[in-house]
Amino acid sequence: MNETAWITELAAIYPADRLLLQPAQLAPYESDALTAYRTRPAAVVIPETQDEVIEAVRVCARHGVPFVARGSGTSLSGGSLPIKDGLMIALNRLNRVVRLDPRERIVVVEPGIANLDVSKAAASHGLYFAPDPSSQPVSTIGGNLAFNAGGAHCLKYGMTSNHVLGIKAVLPDGEVVQLGGESMENAGADLVGMFVGSEGLFGIALEVTLRLMPKPEKYRTVLAAYHSLETAGNAVAQVIASGLLPGAMEIMDRLAIKAAEMAVNAGYPQDAAALLIVELDGETQQVEAEFIHLMAVMEASGAYEVRVAQDEAERLRIWKGRKSAFSAVGRLSPDYLVNDGVVPRGRLGEALGEIERMSARYGLQVANVFHAGDGNLHPLIMYPAHEPDGFARAEGLAGEILDLCIRLGGSITGEHGVGVEKRAYLPRMFSETDMTAMRQVRLAIDPQEIANRGKMFPGDADAEAAPVHTGPHPLEVAGVISRE
Amino acid sequence: MEPHEATMTADVICRPADLDALCAAVRDHERVLARGGGTKPALSAPHAGVTIIEMSGLSGLLEYEPGEFTFTALAGTPVREVAAALAIHGQYLPFDPPLVAQGATLGGTVAAGLSGPGRYRYGGVRDFILGVRFVNPTGELVRSGGKVVKNAAGFDMSKLMVGSLGSFGVLAEISFKVFPRLPATATLRQQHPTLEDALEALYRLTAAPLDLDAIDLVMEDEGAVLLTRLAGLPDALPDRIARVRTVLGGGETVEGEAELALWDSARAFAWIPEGWSLVKVPLTPGRIAALEAGVAPAALRRYSAGGQVGWLAFADDLMAVDAMLNAAGLSGLVIFGPPGRPHIGRRNGEPFARRLKQALDPAGKFVEA
Repeated sequence: MNETAWITELAAIYPADRLLLQPAQLAPYESDALTAYRTRPAAVVIPETQDEVIEAVRVCARHGVPFVARGSGTSLSGGSLPIKDGLMIALNRLNRVVRLDPRERIVVVEPGIANLDVSKAAASHGLYFAPDPSSQPVSTIGGNLAFNAGGAHCLKYGMTSNHVLGIKAVLPDGEVVQLGGESMENAGADLVGMFVGSEGLFGIALEVTLRLMPKPEKYRTVLAAYHSLETAGNAVAQVIASGLLPGAMEIMDRLAIKAAEMAVNAGYPQDAAALLIVELDGETQQVEAEFIHLMAVMEASGAYEVRVAQDEAERLRIWKGRKSAFSAVGRLSPDYLVNDGVVPRGRLGEALGEIERMSARYGLQVANVFHAGDGNLHPLIMYPAHEPDGFARAEGLAGEILDLCIRLGGSITGEHGVGVEKRAYLPRMFSETDMTAMRQVRLAIDPQEIANRGKMFPGDADAEAAPVHTGPHPLEVAGVISRE
Repeated sequence: MEPHEATMTADVICRPADLDALCAAVRDHERVLARGGGTKPALSAPHAGVTIIEMSGLSGLLEYEPGEFTFTALAGTPVREVAAALAIHGQYLPFDPPLVAQGATLGGTVAAGLSGPGRYRYGGVRDFILGVRFVNPTGELVRSGGKVVKNAAGFDMSKLMVGSLGSFGVLAEISFKVFPRLPATATLRQQHPTLEDALEALYRLTAAPLDLDAIDLVMEDEGAVLLTRLAGLPDALPDRIARVRTVLGGGETVEGEAELALWDSARAFAWIPEGWSLVKVPLTPGRIAALEAGVAPAALRRYSAGGQVGWLAFADDLMAVDAMLNAAGLSGLVIFGPPGRPHIGRRNGEPFARRLKQALDPAGKFVEA
């Protein structure tokens, strides 16, 4: 590989202020929200047009240079971790709304637009973009798409994949393809569904057609406090058994409640061992009818306190505590890992009990915040980074939790993706035959394996990034991003 | 002797009785096409040099946990069996699969990528598939996705299977997400003198924050009929019907048996005369008028799921339709009609699809139809 040659070619495409080569310029791109990993790329380009992205990919393809596309760097699985000696393509300036068609309820956007800005663009038409990862004020559509981001409303509304209709993408060899279109239906294999969640291994999305939905006209948000985590878990099962389909069901444990309260004064009951948030959304008359049923279930669920948000401000306060829980945990311990395993809903109690025992065995505190309706756990493993084996112990505990999720019939990741963080665990969830099929797909699309090399699959030696202790990302300290 | 050979008929059809036999059947034949209930003849009719794998021996619900909202079943399971099992627990398949009464299977529904009018509310088959096991060309079972409602591990090949017509592998086992069925429904039927008038009404509905269950537009010789279904708790339904009627500016309520028959007939494509072809055309409501100009009055037409899909029926051959769809930049999938050419009109994503085919079926063992 002749480094000078490919950088010289990039210099012919990009002006000097958008081709970063100096160590001081590269430093902000060294890691994402998986802060324990850090790698310095050879160069960063900041394209302003789709053509500039395509040209950068073609340069990489010609020279066999690995590249990573990056939005806001909020990946918790290290999905946008740079590759040593590779190129980082920073897409934040490629953030235009190309077309908004409120009648057809679609919007065409570039990948660098923030998730929340899509909903803002559609808001005056009474529409919104449903996927709502906690990082949504900053995380970008390109990153949401690459890692099939979730959020608090997945059981009812699905993940990012369920809201992407069309993708214009540049494949790793520089060929540009259009997948899907504007319709929610399709004739032929669901190529859009295949591309979403491929963690950047199939290339870079340049333009994305998203489905918008009418904003629910009514919300009913209920906060219930319990003396035990198990009772809260049982309450979720009772809501499900009642035939209701809430838009969201979230649980926080004692430690997470404490952290959230310290951070944003959400007004949560401080003596609770567990809090359950249940939210109904939809058409007013239907929601009000469901609410009567929900309250009957909640009153009988063993909660010692049940609160109903009386207005939008109170509802937002309840959600603010939940959505800031991850970064709030940073106040208890600046160094922590976020786990993303999934278990069948009926095994939640068992999984939480097991995690508690593991936590004691490892001598590490674990705060639990999770999407109870989906069985998607988010144990936040706090570790003492100053101790020589601190990080290794945290990774060990995280690994045991992932094995537990596999054993209980779940998944190693619900919404954060495999990235670099969980690549050793993918072969534990899938057989050798399954892995081979995925490998073959990867190689057929990217024979040189230059697109986001080192992610999802174990064993890409040259992409190994030794974990180093770093503490929270500077943006997190500033309160700009949060980890979810 | 391989287990499947005993049941083979003249080297054309085999009926594997279990997963091992299915794997062997795939491994041992050069070109294969799986067939479930045969309810979509354009996609499952035998043709020269292709071994049909009859999936009827691979039927049955393997796991169903009502509290999880998930189930796993063998690909040859008739959808109606699953629907009956779900109904006992007040649950259903929200993508509203078509041709259920006619014997459609889960595998066939996924491979064809078909959803019914009710997909308007929560999404299509692609939105409810969680995981698959499929047989690769060397006769091994490959798993993708999972069995839980949320999962982001590995490439999502289960979605790739939706609409793939079996061209990436033979589906063996499929896991789905399900939802509780809302207990009460009502449908509003409204006659419109012109298409424009009907589309305006449709846009008023889709723009409103109404949780509608289905919106179908049935084209008639003169004008169109708009069918709007609501589902919910019985207490709230009368108010909600009144509200939709206000948005529509009218509409007569259809309930009970008559309502069931109305939607059963839509799912069964009962409106299509014997011997006619049926083509599925993905759409947006904004493209209906141009499509109408190209196909009316020769074709029978129904626009479903809020105008996201057109079902077009034709008496004669599809050459002209192919040309018309191409010119309009639309794609079509032939469901009833002559086999051998399932895709008409415009196709996109070919370079990506070609690479996937090369990865998963380099020798071209899996034929599309």
